[in-house]
Amino acid sequence: MNFDFFFSNLPELTITGLAFGAIYALIALGYTMVYGVLQLINFAHSEVFMYGTFATLWVVMALNGVEADGIKLIAILIAALIASMAMSAAIALVLERVAYRRLIKRNAPRLIALISAIGASFVLAEIMGLRDKIAGWFGLDDDLDDYVSGARINNSMATVIDAPRFSIGDVSISVIDIIVILSAIVMMVALDQFVRRSRLGKGIRATAQDPETAALMGVNPTRTVQMTFLIGGLMAGVAAFLYMLKIETTKFDVGFLLGVKAFTAAVLGGIGNLRGALLGGLVLGVAENWGSALIGSEWRDVVAFVLLVAILLFRPTGLLGESLGKARV
Amino acid sequence: MNPMTRLKALPKPVKIVLWILLAIFAYALPLLELPFITTEGVDFGGVLFVVTLYCLIALGLNVVVGYAGLLDLGYVGFYAIGAYTAAILTSFHASWPMLLSVPAAVIATTIAGVLLGAPTLRVRGDYLAIVTLGFGEIIRLTATNLEWLGERKGIVQTDQRPPSIATEENGIKEGVFEIPHLLWENGTVLVDTQNTTQFLVFGSVDQIPYYWMGLSVVLVVLLADRLIKSSRVGRAWEATREDEDAAELMGVPTFKFKLLAFATGAFIGGLAGALFASRQSLINPDSFLLLFSIMFLAAVVVGGQGNRWGVLVGAFLVAYLPERFRGFEDFRVLAFGIALVVLANFRPEGLLPPKRTVRAKQLEHELDELEEGSEGEEPARV
Repeated sequence: MNFDFFFSNLPELTITGLAFGAIYALIALGYTMVYGVLQLINFAHSEVFMYGTFATLWVVMALNGVEADGIKLIAILIAALIASMAMSAAIALVLERVAYRRLIKRNAPRLIALISAIGASFVLAEIMGLRDKIAGWFGLDDDLDDYVSGARINNSMATVIDAPRFSIGDVSISVIDIIVILSAIVMMVALDQFVRRSRLGKGIRATAQDPETAALMGVNPTRTVQMTFLIGGLMAGVAAFLYMLKIETTKFDVGFLLGVKAFTAAVLGGIGNLRGALLGGLVLGVAENWGSALIGSEWRDVVAFVLLVAILLFRPTGLLGESLGKARV
Repeated sequence: MNPMTRLKALPKPVKIVLWILLAIFAYALPLLELPFITTEGVDFGGVLFVVTLYCLIALGLNVVVGYAGLLDLGYVGFYAIGAYTAAILTSFHASWPMLLSVPAAVIATTIAGVLLGAPTLRVRGDYLAIVTLGFGEIIRLTATNLEWLGERKGIVQTDQRPPSIATEENGIKEGVFEIPHLLWENGTVLVDTQNTTQFLVFGSVDQIPYYWMGLSVVLVVLLADRLIKSSRVGRAWEATREDEDAAELMGVPTFKFKLLAFATGAFIGGLAGALFASRQSLINPDSFLLLFSIMFLAAVVVGGQGNRWGVLVGAFLVAYLPERFRGFEDFRVLAFGIALVVLANFRPEGLLPPKRTVRAKQLEHELDELEEGSEGEEPARV
């Protein structure tokens, strides 16, 4: 136990933890929304996130963001954010269409939908991991070399921004961490209000509560499910952008561990509960960071899972255990 | 009449003979060197041994997922405990003989199953899935980080092999007798006396004896599975799966039976792990990734959860096909993913669903036909 290090760096550790937690929370939204409406574990959501990270990477590469600065850099980053959201949303919609719609219509057992999602997850990850070979089939591998080479190794954005830091007293804080935390919270609040107040949000909540009655009241079930996936995809796109700002490196299988963590965060907060996803993500991120500072970074993931098991044992429906449908205005 | 029902209508003695023939064929499979089926570039005996391990695991996971309806995403954890216990006892911290370490590993895994199940089985459904997933990862990460368990580099084994029935001369083991393989040449079959398998030498080159050991264990577990499934315990599991509250009200102590299912699953998983360890000269955390839990679950669901023959087929496909098509190494996972999506969408009940599911489906179909004009209507859900 490294208490000296832990206590002397507590503020920094907390802020980095919150930044990770914010990213978990944004991904967790995708799990929680789909679970709230369909009671399905959307296992392939991690790949939705992964495609977002690549969209960010490619836009920054294409617009030569590494050399840009000032206004131009900000413009490039905004373009990357939009591309990332668009890419993730598109993948989420394709996923819903290919892997889920048929099963949902036939009211298939949930385990089957999980298997379908696992299959889709493999397919999506492998397409990204084999993109050099797939481009080769079309004879494009030379033209697109920058984008498709190194398909199975880490792809780095290099340093786009030299993360500026500022200090409050003895505590040095990275501006990026603050951006990540704030944007995640803003997105979550916006989404929460959207689901609570808008017409579409009402439709989503109604479907989550009672699909049959909602359909009878004129809520189009297929469209509602599509919207759910779309929102989850958009949030994963934001998460992917923020992740690339912070970590700057991605890989075709980057989604896997992050997806597991994000799902853990969703369960931790109470799956199907939007505010729970935020709380769960932040708690998980901070606990993980504190734990790895205390007992060594190799135990980081163990801390996350032990925390999950412990919380579920004492509060079997998560911290805020409440479903999407029950969230009243 | 379709072939399956015609087969079922055969008199019992004929059926028994057919079963025995099938078993003999299974034992002889690696000796036959059948063209097309035999894997190229990878030792076929070794592949078949892995297939038997997957079969064991699928049978074990089928008890948990198929019979009792508990979604377990961390089954590889039990497999890992079995393998690590055996490795520690035979090579790393003690030097027990393999025949003693296997029961010890199985007991350790069963205890682990009860210890994990007792607190976690109170949570339901998908929460259970994520708790078990977390458990599987904790086991693997602990093995990766603890020096006592060999850390990342794992455990190098020396004396882990099953005992051979053999005479030893100058360090070379000589079996009681040799069994020749077959050789297929341009459509004619020859007996290849150069290529033989020693009976019964567990070495590092010829993997066929391991396959025979694995197959024998699978047959024993199959028999036990059959007995349990048709007993009171099996019925209690199915009742719990279908409706936990109703089962509880009818006097089934559901928690106890769920725990029993979990422990049974752990028992079989640990057994598979211990057998795996008896062949490997190296046990390291990379053999117990979360991906394997997913593959195991895929084997059970693709084959037809709840039907022991179905899950065997599933296990065979999941373990064998990637080895058979090693030539397409790069695209294996992609093809596997596509296969999962297609199967889930077009054959959601699995390749060989249990009889009960088939009957329920037929009934549903008949009901649909009775309710005229109900076709094309939007189903209730969503």
